[in-house]
Amino acid sequence: MYRPCGVFDETFTQDLAIVRTKAHWGLVFFALAFLVCLPALASGALLANMNAIGITIISVLGLQIVVGYTGQISLGQAAFMSVGSYTAFMLSTYLKAPFLIALPLSGLTTGLAGLVFGLPSLRIKGFYLAMATLAAQFIIPWLIVNVRPDLTGGTSTMVVQPPRIFGYKFHTQQHMFYLIMAVVVLSIYLTKNLVRTRVGRAFVAVRDNDLAAEVMGVSILRYKLSAFFVSSFYAGLAGGLWAYWMRCVSVDHFTLMDSIWFLGMLVVGGMGSISGAVMGTIFIRVLDILVKAIGPWLGEFFPSLAGAATAALAPTVFGLIMMLFLVFEPRGLAHMWERVKSFYRLWPFSY
Amino acid sequence: MLNLFLQFLINGLLVGGVYALLALGVVFIYRATQVFNFAVGDMVLFGAFVCWSFLVWAQWPVWAALLLALLVSFGLGLLIERLLMRPMIGQPLLSMIMATLGLSLFLRGVMSFIWSTSTVSYPHKLLPGQTLKFGGLFVSDELLWAFGVAILVFVVLSLFFQRGRIGYGMRATAEDHQVAQATGINVKNIFALTWSIAGLVAAIGGVLLASRVGLSVVSTPLVALKIFPAVLFGGLESILGAIVGGLLVGVLENLAGGLIDPKIAEITPYLILLLVLLIRPEGAFGLKRIERI
Repeated sequence: MYRPCGVFDETFTQDLAIVRTKAHWGLVFFALAFLVCLPALASGALLANMNAIGITIISVLGLQIVVGYTGQISLGQAAFMSVGSYTAFMLSTYLKAPFLIALPLSGLTTGLAGLVFGLPSLRIKGFYLAMATLAAQFIIPWLIVNVRPDLTGGTSTMVVQPPRIFGYKFHTQQHMFYLIMAVVVLSIYLTKNLVRTRVGRAFVAVRDNDLAAEVMGVSILRYKLSAFFVSSFYAGLAGGLWAYWMRCVSVDHFTLMDSIWFLGMLVVGGMGSISGAVMGTIFIRVLDILVKAIGPWLGEFFPSLAGAATAALAPTVFGLIMMLFLVFEPRGLAHMWERVKSFYRLWPFSY
Repeated sequence: MLNLFLQFLINGLLVGGVYALLALGVVFIYRATQVFNFAVGDMVLFGAFVCWSFLVWAQWPVWAALLLALLVSFGLGLLIERLLMRPMIGQPLLSMIMATLGLSLFLRGVMSFIWSTSTVSYPHKLLPGQTLKFGGLFVSDELLWAFGVAILVFVVLSLFFQRGRIGYGMRATAEDHQVAQATGINVKNIFALTWSIAGLVAAIGGVLLASRVGLSVVSTPLVALKIFPAVLFGGLESILGAIVGGLLVGVLENLAGGLIDPKIAEITPYLILLLVLLIRPEGAFGLKRIERI
């Protein structure tokens, strides 16, 4: 991490701090204040969009750990989310488990599911691993629909009761906003910490060169599996929140397409960067909202396309952006932001 | 019962022929460039749709439509290579996979613009013939065509790789881009040729697939996804493996669906996939990679 000129560490506490400069503190403060005040000012539709973005950020953060930091491809993040949402649904409906217990448990269950599909990663890598997680994307929904349809409701959509914490009911977008954003902020903080601990460094070692890591005493078995566990844990949290937020669960919410979108958000945001995961998610989601708004408008100009335009525009734009970023800015938005910062600091000099 | 078993076996073999053909395209690209093409489903659909457009919109005869579909798909492969794959040379594997995923989304979006998302089918049979009957067993002629064409393409591609300058060039390129370039092989041309031939094979597979199940932007790429288990079973580098894997996936899918439970048919390929990955990741005919420090 690059810091502006003149920022020095004098104690170990300073060296370990996540938030380092005054500007940084100010930014954090304003971001939190913004999140706290927003529900009072914004409309329900805007909050609903932000809630969706928040849930996606949690899931993409998990994916960042396994893809960006550990270098293992996962095409199954959406399927893992579905495990989390169905766990939350079943715990809250059949066992009447309170939200604060059901949510971590759905994370844990999903983590275990992730371990199962992460097992092949011990023998294979690259394309092969993408395949194993692709299999998860087909097998998990099939299991949900066919194994115990009496519990999961099969292909039908099941209703989830709104979450309660100590008797307080979270039943509007405003309430859910605070709940979701709390989890988002917590998971960003935890991820930021995780990647600079021993475990996080081991992840990066496995990513950069697994043989070298093994030789230096990093147990590949242990760290690949823990990466999958943590990543799926995040997916489970996101899925659980999704179930509580949508107040319903259905396997159709979590398709292969969603998994690809999550990967695309990583590409756009930048691999191996927490802020990249957040920026990429926001960028793609906002773009998606814009495209959905433009679709009907395009339909007016090209009446023959009216039906297709809305459905076709999103994948076209998204696929194009993904390819453009890969070709022209493989390190993503996070890297662009770094460049902007260094430009601002060094101006009027070029370096 | 035996009759039923045989019927499912034959159906499986014939469906497997289509899978094998599509798998060939993937293996072909992998062998020559080390890139795994996730957009194969969409390239398949594209070829089939182009053929459909010439038949239905332009009302051209079948042979002309087929020929033009092949030409356009060849061009599409060329375009993909020039615009997307060539700038990506030298980037990590992960980026290459993502690029084909992005391409897949993009193609799907463009196709829904042009041909909308509803399901269409060919106005009439493209290839002559009718369902054959052997003592109680039915053999669909469309599938027989697919099977035959798959075998033909297999023979052509294997000969292509084993003889001739370009085939050698491709194998050298797969081994090491830089060394190949140093020996005077034009790696860029090899890349372009590989992708355009893959586009060609995808179009053939697409037309054969579509003449059986129809064309849909939503469901056809999902059918094409089933070839990934086939490719992995055979081993990513092996052309013979693609054929065997394709046939095996077709047979097992049909047997499991017909004899055990129709619902299980759709995930059978992926169960095979997981088993292969756990037991023999390099596939039945693939090259085992030994890593030395």
